[in-house]
Amino acid sequence: MRTLTGEQIEIGMVLPELSISITPTLVVSTAIATMDFTPVHHDVEIARAQGSQDIFLNILTTMGLVERYVTDWAGPEAVIRRINVKLGVPAYAGDLLAFTGAVIARDGDEFTVEVRGKVSLGAHASGSVVLSFPS
Amino acid sequence: MTDLHEMARRQMAMGELRGLPAADPVNEPMIRHWLDAMGDQNPLYLDKGVAPPAMAQVWTMGGVRRDVRDRSPVDDMLAELNAQGYTGVVATNCEQTYHRYARLGDVLTPATRFSGLTGPKTTALGEGYFATWNVIWYDQFDEPVAEMLFRVLKFRPRVKERRVPYPLKPAVNRDTQFFWDGVKLGELRIQSCADCGELRHPPGPICPACRSANRGHIVARGEGTVYSYVVHHNPPVPGRETPFVVAVVELPEGVRIVGNIVDCPVDAVGIGMTVRATFRAMDDELILPMWTPQES
Repeated sequence: MRTLTGEQIEIGMVLPELSISITPTLVVSTAIATMDFTPVHHDVEIARAQGSQDIFLNILTTMGLVERYVTDWAGPEAVIRRINVKLGVPAYAGDLLAFTGAVIARDGDEFTVEVRGKVSLGAHASGSVVLSFPS
Repeated sequence: MTDLHEMARRQMAMGELRGLPAADPVNEPMIRHWLDAMGDQNPLYLDKGVAPPAMAQVWTMGGVRRDVRDRSPVDDMLAELNAQGYTGVVATNCEQTYHRYARLGDVLTPATRFSGLTGPKTTALGEGYFATWNVIWYDQFDEPVAEMLFRVLKFRPRVKERRVPYPLKPAVNRDTQFFWDGVKLGELRIQSCADCGELRHPPGPICPACRSANRGHIVARGEGTVYSYVVHHNPPVPGRETPFVVAVVELPEGVRIVGNIVDCPVDAVGIGMTVRATFRAMDDELILPMWTPQES
């Protein structure tokens, strides 16, 4: 895996799309890996009783997947400085989470990537990731 | 009643409150499990012995039975919002800043401060307040490693009126499922023989014309004429008001179907009357096809 360098990045550069199947296994395994045992992330009956259509991704996982989306593109040596996410509709088990992104700004050695994560109900997460590259 | 903004000022004035240190230091197994679950193949973390920055919050999460969270200035605020009827909660913003990547062996301790309450505001979910707090994770040398701004909307859930369930449910089985699936879509479906094309209603397993068990259906135009009818006065029927009309409606497609005639005085119903299908919600789940006078 190679890492991009600051010189290779241009404003407007588009990240390759990443679609992730939100399987029940993904919802449950990420909830447990993030130490989040809230029942709506693993117990479908409780989730439905609370008005959700199914179990859904927890926020710590949304943050993790946004990070993964950007580092998949940027490469391992890129340094993530900030992740700001506006949370939208839930990412329910059975849905598809599709990430798109583009480089929108540069400030010194820091680049800002705008990221959108969409599910069938609409925007699940939209926001920005600030990262820097090795020189 | 407690003034929410007054309370918010008090909670903000409390400043930063430290929680308990993480149960485990930053460690390889938890990082590996996290990467595996996320499908993150970035080799950096395990190669260099650092944690993915988005794991910041993971280290100080409570366990299944072990609630390590101390009472923070946030809990009392949320409890008061609950007490005042703002029981719904939905997270709206999560903003994390990473000062450095946590390294294996680091022991993180969270510190939380309440940082703002705005509202009441009208939102799509109902009237609510936005509550914001900040968490800073400090390492064993008291240096900040990561911080987070977290905002939730606490809202008063709109009371959703649930209709009393209609007591009489149709028997839905493999022969009739297609009919009720159609009703939900506003379609009046009539079973057809997939071999000879003969239509039949009510649905059944075998074509009476050619004895084929292959079935299909057509969607009727939803028009018909009253072939026969009765006005039901007695006995009482659960979930219905008497009198009501039960009619046999003849469809131009060639079959007859039983249904109620609605939106029409009972003494105005007559044989030969032209009617059209209408789909009526009997409760939150059941829709029944009925008939209403054809406007002409």
